[in-house]
Amino acid sequence: MRENSQARALGILDTVKDPEVPVLSVVELGVVRRVEVSGTEVTVTITPTYSGCPALHAMEQDIESALLAGGFERVILKTEYAPAWTTDWMSEPAREKLRAYGIAPPGHVAIDQLIPLGATVRTVSCPFCGSANTTLESEFGPTSCKSLHICHACRQPFEHFKAF
Amino acid sequence: MSQDSGSRIEGRGTALPEYLLRLGDDRLVLGHRLSEWCGHGPVLEEDIATANIALDLLGQATMFLRMAGQIEGQGRDEDALAYWRDENQFRNASIAELPRGDFGFTILRQFLFSAWAFHHLGTLATSANAELGAVAAKALKETRYHVRHSSEWVLRLGDGTAESHRRAQAALDELWPWTGELFWQDEVDAELRTAGVVPDLEPLRAPWEAMVGDVLARATLTLPAGPMRMSGGRRGRHTEHLGHMLAEMQIVARSHPGAKW
Repeated sequence: MRENSQARALGILDTVKDPEVPVLSVVELGVVRRVEVSGTEVTVTITPTYSGCPALHAMEQDIESALLAGGFERVILKTEYAPAWTTDWMSEPAREKLRAYGIAPPGHVAIDQLIPLGATVRTVSCPFCGSANTTLESEFGPTSCKSLHICHACRQPFEHFKAF
Repeated sequence: MSQDSGSRIEGRGTALPEYLLRLGDDRLVLGHRLSEWCGHGPVLEEDIATANIALDLLGQATMFLRMAGQIEGQGRDEDALAYWRDENQFRNASIAELPRGDFGFTILRQFLFSAWAFHHLGTLATSANAELGAVAAKALKETRYHVRHSSEWVLRLGDGTAESHRRAQAALDELWPWTGELFWQDEVDAELRTAGVVPDLEPLRAPWEAMVGDVLARATLTLPAGPMRMSGGRRGRHTEHLGHMLAEMQIVARSHPGAKW
């Protein structure tokens, strides 16, 4: 019974999408760390992405309303800061979904190093045409987690989910 | 520790909330100064970048201030601390509250502060207080991007046109004396150092100077000489600028106490 409830809760959480990246659920994003069910009460432990991410509040509200609509009577949200959220938690299928949506997925994080000055930025391939002939336009985009690039092959600008 | 009438932090166990206010206030005040660029950036990408960095800092301030309020245990959350304290209760280093100036001033200030934060958070991440360490580790990740962004611009401005070099050097000359306060320590630091909760700031000075010196040299900028300015920001003694900034920052919340949306 409990396993079914846990699976059901996870299934519901899979329908809660990141409002800025609506192809990824809060589970695929790695924001949901743990789900514990006790009767009709469910506790969801989340780890925030960027410190100031304004979408987190929306995600918390969506998580709560989705679980309540799904039949749970009480939803408790807990926040854990450690281990710190990293894009390394994003699965291969999740990265593919990003690419299909038109966002270049993150590379893997270089551990603990300061990003070197003037170093060549890892070439990001265009998610639309696949070309590596792209340039970084801005380290910061419409959201903190994404940078802006331009593809010289197909002439489209695109976003890149930064390795973090 | 000196009493100031309104802070209501008194008695035993006040060192950690006090330290957390310092970390939170640095970021709250600096984040607000950066947000003043919103809609006024020199180019669109920089407008966006500055707003994103401000958002990171405000998020970090939220975490530090929330922790301060929880440990203080007097029912103050991060919003109460941000909007209802007066100027003499703020604990930021004064470098954060200086008016934003021109783009060069903002970039140089961001670079000097972020480079300091990079070293500080790097050691704070190993704090004996696990929660503080976790928050510091998280803030450190964002700070790497802040250092990169600001240092690249320092290079462009310093090693740029005659005008950009002149403005960057003027900014550096004005900002440099304020960096001393970032390494200032008192009995709050001493108590928390003994407990392994916070690092000694003094050993961070050399690597920070090396990092900063390297970038400035490549930017063809000259390190100023002369004494450091210590206004006493860590004790609530600020420049004339903070009061005006807080008036703008706090007016809406104070005009509608308890408002929610």
